[in-house]
Amino acid sequence: MRFSGLRVLKEGLTGNKGWTPHWRDPEPKSEYDILIIGGGGHGLSTAYYLAKEHGLTNVAVLEKGYIGGGNVGRNTTIVRANYFLQGNSEFYSHSLKLWEGLEEDLNYNVMHSQRGIINLFHSDGQRDAAARRGNMMISQGDDAILLNRDQLREMLPYLNYDDLRFPLYGGLYHPRGGTARHDAVAWGYARGADQRGVDLIQNCEVTGIDIENGAVRGVQTTRGPIRAKKVAMVAAGRSGQVAAMAGMRLPIESHVLQAFVTEGLKPCIDHVVTFGMGHFYISQSDKGGLVFGGDLDFYASYAARGNLPTVESVMEAGVALMPMIGKARVLRSWGGIMDMSPDGSPIIDRTGIEGLYLNCGWNYGGFKAVPGSGNVFAHLIATDRYHENATGFQLDRFRTGRGIIDEEGKGSQHNLH
Amino acid sequence: MRITCPLCGERDRREFYYRGAAVDLARPEPDAGEAAWDEFVYLRDNPAGMTRELWYHEGGCGAWIVVTRDTVTHEISGTELASGVSA
Repeated sequence: MRFSGLRVLKEGLTGNKGWTPHWRDPEPKSEYDILIIGGGGHGLSTAYYLAKEHGLTNVAVLEKGYIGGGNVGRNTTIVRANYFLQGNSEFYSHSLKLWEGLEEDLNYNVMHSQRGIINLFHSDGQRDAAARRGNMMISQGDDAILLNRDQLREMLPYLNYDDLRFPLYGGLYHPRGGTARHDAVAWGYARGADQRGVDLIQNCEVTGIDIENGAVRGVQTTRGPIRAKKVAMVAAGRSGQVAAMAGMRLPIESHVLQAFVTEGLKPCIDHVVTFGMGHFYISQSDKGGLVFGGDLDFYASYAARGNLPTVESVMEAGVALMPMIGKARVLRSWGGIMDMSPDGSPIIDRTGIEGLYLNCGWNYGGFKAVPGSGNVFAHLIATDRYHENATGFQLDRFRTGRGIIDEEGKGSQHNLH
Repeated sequence: MRITCPLCGERDRREFYYRGAAVDLARPEPDAGEAAWDEFVYLRDNPAGMTRELWYHEGGCGAWIVVTRDTVTHEISGTELASGVSA
């Protein structure tokens, strides 16, 4: 089934009765070439690019829940390429370029909206840092504009310019940044992978990884054993448990990050805006809800829900920065399980076990990386070589101390990134 | 979430700073080698369930506390002073 304007019009006039399911619900076969553990955004995009770019279609994605039920449906949908350090910057630049062609590529409306991101700054020092970051983004080939206070006021008249505790000095504007519809990204990749022959196996939890003589042979699941030549672990916050089945300990600690959405409002916030003196960021969804969040709760958690002190600090920061949102009613909040790495950057690498691959450590920045991560991970699985835009995400960088990508210079404590 | 400081009693979670898993109690010798330091600084069991971790009573008495806590339910089942506790 292909989507087109004509098709939408025809279905609209005939009661929308011609739409069919976007993907099959196959029984798992007893053997595949490649198994992907985790049917989230990264796992689905990995499967999609394996099929599309490498012609590898004897592939299954094993998802313990349902497609779109994990972090890919529990984020704040922001897409950007404003990283500073080599290793990260070329990767996120690559990912953003994939985003820009994604809807055409998938024939699926992921509602990618390049509405621009503005990172506010509140001191001379922060302005210098923003200028430096902006120059790095430009030298990477992406876009950045340094806004002074007057330019900022022109674009974001609703901010508190009068009595904010940390006065507004300006902002770093990244026009190609924006948002996308998170569920649609999962669905689009799932549909694209399925159409190319990938089996998406839902309600199928991996309970063991079979390893013989240092090489992976397959997995045990709640729907029976499945043999495979290669197995890819893409389990985000649950990476530690999955890797433990292969006898591995990861440099990962899982934390809870909360986010919030208000009732639907008329359009009022046109960009993604981030506060520079406290953790708060906000955008408005196409349904009208203000989607916002803040920092981690800071303790290890798999609860997928957080505690009230973080709620309070996020609300305080938001209302201080933009008092107009004070009257909006919060509809709901949720928590995602973040796979926090010791340098705040991801791991996309082989493991010490032949045929076993690892993709994790996305901290709370995994959503924007969905296309890039799947693309470079598929390249690694298919060719056993690093993609040119993902040469810095080795697992052993922590042990050796070579190639640590600590974007904000926070040190090795997992929850500080 | 409320944490019972062995010295101050039950307090709001906001008085405490979270350090991470209680690995700090077993700091390797300086010459213990790359693998031991990798274990200490970076690698984590990261369990979904009971875990022992270090919290610092920053807004109270300044004690380091070993907290036994469930990462799935946030239930705290025990606290003790880190001094005198071995890993």
